[in-house]
Amino acid sequence: MSCALVLQYLLSGITSGGIYAIVAIGFNIIYNTTGIINFAQGEFVMLGAMTAISFSAWMPLPAAIAAAVIITSLVGALVDMVFIRWLKRPTVLHMIIITIGISILLKEAALHIWDEKVRSLPYFTGNECSSIAFFGAHMSPQVLWVLGTCALVVLLLTLFFKYTLLGRSMRACSANRTASVLCGINVKNMVTFSFMLSAGIGALAGCVISPLTQTQYECGTPLAIKGFTVAILGGLGNSAAAVTAGLLLGIIEALSISLLPVAFKDVVAIGILLVILFFKPSGLFGNKEAGRLKEF
Amino acid sequence: MSLKRYLPIITLSVLVVAVQVAVSLTGQAFYLTQLTMAAYYTVVAVGLCMLMGYAGQISLGHAGFFAIGGYTSAALTTADFSNASHGWLGHALIKTGCMAAAEDLYGAHLVRLNPWVACLAAITATVIIAYCIGLPVLRLKGHYLAMATLGFGSIISKIVVGTKVFGGADGISGVPPFTITATFGVCGEMQYRIPNYYFAWAVVICAALLMHNLVNSRVGRALRAIHGNEEAARAMGIDTARYKLNVFVLSAVFAALSGIFLTHYNGGIGPSEASIMKSVRYVAIVAVGGMANLWGAIAAGAGLNFLSLRGYFGSYDEAVFGLILTATMLFAPQGLLVKPEWLAGITAFFRSSARGRGNGAS
Repeated sequence: MSCALVLQYLLSGITSGGIYAIVAIGFNIIYNTTGIINFAQGEFVMLGAMTAISFSAWMPLPAAIAAAVIITSLVGALVDMVFIRWLKRPTVLHMIIITIGISILLKEAALHIWDEKVRSLPYFTGNECSSIAFFGAHMSPQVLWVLGTCALVVLLLTLFFKYTLLGRSMRACSANRTASVLCGINVKNMVTFSFMLSAGIGALAGCVISPLTQTQYECGTPLAIKGFTVAILGGLGNSAAAVTAGLLLGIIEALSISLLPVAFKDVVAIGILLVILFFKPSGLFGNKEAGRLKEF
Repeated sequence: MSLKRYLPIITLSVLVVAVQVAVSLTGQAFYLTQLTMAAYYTVVAVGLCMLMGYAGQISLGHAGFFAIGGYTSAALTTADFSNASHGWLGHALIKTGCMAAAEDLYGAHLVRLNPWVACLAAITATVIIAYCIGLPVLRLKGHYLAMATLGFGSIISKIVVGTKVFGGADGISGVPPFTITATFGVCGEMQYRIPNYYFAWAVVICAALLMHNLVNSRVGRALRAIHGNEEAARAMGIDTARYKLNVFVLSAVFAALSGIFLTHYNGGIGPSEASIMKSVRYVAIVAVGGMANLWGAIAAGAGLNFLSLRGYFGSYDEAVFGLILTATMLFAPQGLLVKPEWLAGITAFFRSSARGRGNGAS
């Protein structure tokens, strides 16, 4: 393989890695406050992109994306208030089944609101032909948007969870629910807020990746599986590790194409997930001690 | 008391006969086709009910096992072995009836594998894969178990779509009938509709009988202990890992068996059978039936699959399954078809009066 070709594979890996990472961050937010995995996370990504595509027909792109993010986070709040908020002591099994049910409902709603056509947002800068040359390899400027958004989201989230009262309250809920209630934190509101936040970030992710990956009502589930793989690979709940793991998985996937048929790309990714689950469920960068405290 | 213990089985058998008679008398025998298919899907639910309801282990990959069974059998029975039939092994296989000469649609001569051999191979493959997957996967709990089984299911569906032997996106068609006796085989032909219907439901009843006995035995009690509290069960000396693994493999074999029969009945299999949505569907059926409720799972499996196969849900087919999944978990986490309290009260009353009579007789 020539040097430029390897670089090209790396770039395509980084592209998809950034996409997975930004989806994984959405998983981590809800997991951090509630300890549940929201299997409907992929549908938030899809809803965000679909809404933005519809809005972009009669408003400028940034406004359409902002509207999509707001609407999707309201959907996220609605999901929590209708389905999750009033459950009494749900088991993990129940939560898994409910969020899977929600994901099917959102998907089918999208099918009936829009249709089964594949759509996409326009490229943020340039068009599908424009590319940036990079040491002999080429990439779309949209890749920079994906990576930039990813970095920005991680940075803002870190600051938010570290320095704001709201963010610290959310972290308190995940550390000890009862103690947070005793400190006067409204845990239920925090959960609703975490659903809004992760739905909003999911929607943003959907908008940024839509020009590259296209959007269809069914596109949520595969993204969710990849996002979850990355979230586990990095260690559940750790957003910065998710980015590293995302890029790693993306690159492995891209290199696997040079050895195996394209159809087996996902098999490689999920195979890695299984191996990680079997041998190191706390993730590559996860703390073993902290991992033991969580309920797997 | 054995009659009472088998009352649900007897009721089910009577119901199966009654439905056939009613449908045939009213001239609506076409319903039997969907009822037969629903029966095979119900077999998957029976196995999953054991795994989820009694042992408390979720599996989002049972469509994968269904596909392993169906696809292995389909690939082996449609393949042409005429090149392999010349050696001594080929002659031996033909002599013992494991392979037989056949003709394809255009009259070309082929040598085909006996469906029984293919079936055996498919089940062996399922058992091996289920053990290899189950061994590490069942050490996980909660989200991780769900995700690992989901991952397994989606690997199978990707492999099926990406492999030439399995027909890619088209699947495999032209699967020959599964000859059970000289005059009857599992196939979709009109004249065999009624025997096929009975055969399918006989499979369901056998599966149910096996589960019923297993649940009410030492194994069943061990599984319920694992569901209640795995650590406590282990402390009581139950080999939790072995029990979980065995139940996992057994339920996988049920799924594979149903895949094999349904593939021969339909004359083919497509990649949609391996999709994640199918796995979710099986989970939905078990959840509606009330997790640890074998008869609920059978009722839900037969009812929902029949309605879905007849197309009553229209374009809302998947939405209906999503809705019942969430609604069940929200309003009746114990399942919709479990015995309501009033019914339990009546059963308790009869039980106590029966006990009274028993004492009087002795």
